[in-house]
Amino acid sequence: MFVALRDLRFARGRFLLMSAVIVLITYLVVFLSSLTQGLADDSTSAVTGLPADHLAFTEQADAAPAGPGGGPTFTGSQVTSDQWTAWSDVDGVTAAEPLGVATTRATSDATTAGVTAFGVRPGSALVPADADHDDPGSAVEPGAVVLSAGAADALGAGVGDALAAGTLDLAVSAVLDSDAAYAHTPVVWTSLDDWQALGAHTAPGADAGTVATVVALRTDGTSDSALADADRAIGTTTESLADSRSAISSYSSEHGSLLLMVAFLLGISALVVGAFFSVWTVSRRGDVAVLKALGASTRYLLGDAIGQALVILLIGVGVGTFLGAATAVLLSPVVPVAVSAATLLVPAAALIVLGVVGAALAIVQITRVDPHAALSAR
Amino acid sequence: MDLHLDHITLVYPDGDATLTAVDDVSLTVPSGTVTALLGPSGSGKSSLLAVAGGLTRPTAGTVRFGDEPAPVFGTGTAADDATRTRLERIGFVFQQPQLIPSLTALEQLELLGHLGGRRPSAGRERCVALLDEVGLASSMHKRPGQLSGGQRQRVAIARALVGAPDVLLVDEPTSALDHERGAAVVALITGLARDIGAATLLVTHDESTLGDVAARAHLLDGRLTPDVPAVSR
Repeated sequence: MFVALRDLRFARGRFLLMSAVIVLITYLVVFLSSLTQGLADDSTSAVTGLPADHLAFTEQADAAPAGPGGGPTFTGSQVTSDQWTAWSDVDGVTAAEPLGVATTRATSDATTAGVTAFGVRPGSALVPADADHDDPGSAVEPGAVVLSAGAADALGAGVGDALAAGTLDLAVSAVLDSDAAYAHTPVVWTSLDDWQALGAHTAPGADAGTVATVVALRTDGTSDSALADADRAIGTTTESLADSRSAISSYSSEHGSLLLMVAFLLGISALVVGAFFSVWTVSRRGDVAVLKALGASTRYLLGDAIGQALVILLIGVGVGTFLGAATAVLLSPVVPVAVSAATLLVPAAALIVLGVVGAALAIVQITRVDPHAALSAR
Repeated sequence: MDLHLDHITLVYPDGDATLTAVDDVSLTVPSGTVTALLGPSGSGKSSLLAVAGGLTRPTAGTVRFGDEPAPVFGTGTAADDATRTRLERIGFVFQQPQLIPSLTALEQLELLGHLGGRRPSAGRERCVALLDEVGLASSMHKRPGQLSGGQRQRVAIARALVGAPDVLLVDEPTSALDHERGAAVVALITGLARDIGAATLLVTHDESTLGDVAARAHLLDGRLTPDVPAVSR
């Protein structure tokens, strides 16, 4: 790094310009990653937070749109009481709970907001714990509703307040400290009977035998093939909790589009860094020839140049990551962004690795510089 | 340590044909002496210098140092070996100073130690002393862009000598200088080279700047001319 560090100092204008470009690209990538994760949380946190490891969906109802790759969707799934009880009897399944999912409008004394009602049996383990009830499931009973923190904010409602949802009048029995969202709407928990009044008949193609949307399963680690056998027998399709995110309408396309943007930015950053170092290496071919003539090995020169690229990338990515994270934190009250190690360090590491690869492909020109060129006048 | 060029031939591809730049040249430069290699443009002087310095592999012949039986450069010398030899045993003064723009005069000299795996500061005293000898002690922290042409050439000379090389190869050091400054540069090079005992091969086309350099070899069309003995003093 003897020459590389001095080059950085000597040609600081060029390197500052390059660093600024890397800062801006990193800023975009980090903020977009935070937004992608934030939107994903805003769309799926209620599902991924369920105390279950698999969800059993039914075949698509004729009127419901299919999920990505023809997979199941929450909007098209309708499980019957027979299917739920059948899952309860499957070997390896330790708990099977019906879960209804329906998006509706709720009205409080203060305002009206879109919410997603999760219908659960009273006493079900699917009801999140809250501070006011020793038995979390006891907060849900006919005529009562539990609000996530986001739903309470959106509706301006608290414990004891009345809500109207569809034709139902509900009383708020608990408000959670944590947030839970489904398809960008805050989640409320109602009894399964109330949910059926709200949601069962709003699903396309719903029939009278519908008891819930899916069955939430807890297993003892039974194999996928055993679950598939049970699926065939019961007439359902089981997905892991993580894969069930794709069953949420719009999640896959939204998430995929944002990830594609991040991927393009990562590719662009590698190309930009490669192009810069390609031009930089061409401009210093004369110096490289002299260094080789004086006795610098190709390995030394490659290490020196890669080290130089790494310094620029570390500075640019470091500053860009800090600015992107700061912006995400500042905007988090109004924009669905999530700042975590995954949204900061993973894209930062990818930018550095791809940048080094791009630089290396450009810097490899050094190996072709002939030291004999040092004898030529410059 | 003497420099021996034994039956050096260098042939370049030239389109469909070939061009013989150096044709069976043998030359010995004794340790601590200077030999001037003279000849018109295109006579093969710089090509022979490139072979002597391991910058180009000869088509035939070998380069040896002193009594060492194994040649340092030959037709099969690996590039890495040639690079190591240049770093440890050869000093170069190029036609242009060829200084690295981002390094100060002192750093141009310290670079050689760094390339050899030593901490740059390890040889600082010798670097400073050499810059003092070439009259640049007060300019050691200046970069090439802050130095005059003559000062840059003197930095290049000091750089070539900082590793106390066995062999010093000098390529047209006076081409960009007037007669007086050219003669001064040659005198500086020959004085310093003799002090460290380097076998010095100095390529030039300007015989008038050679001063007391008596050993002179003439190249014409890649061959040593027979009327001038290839011996050195």
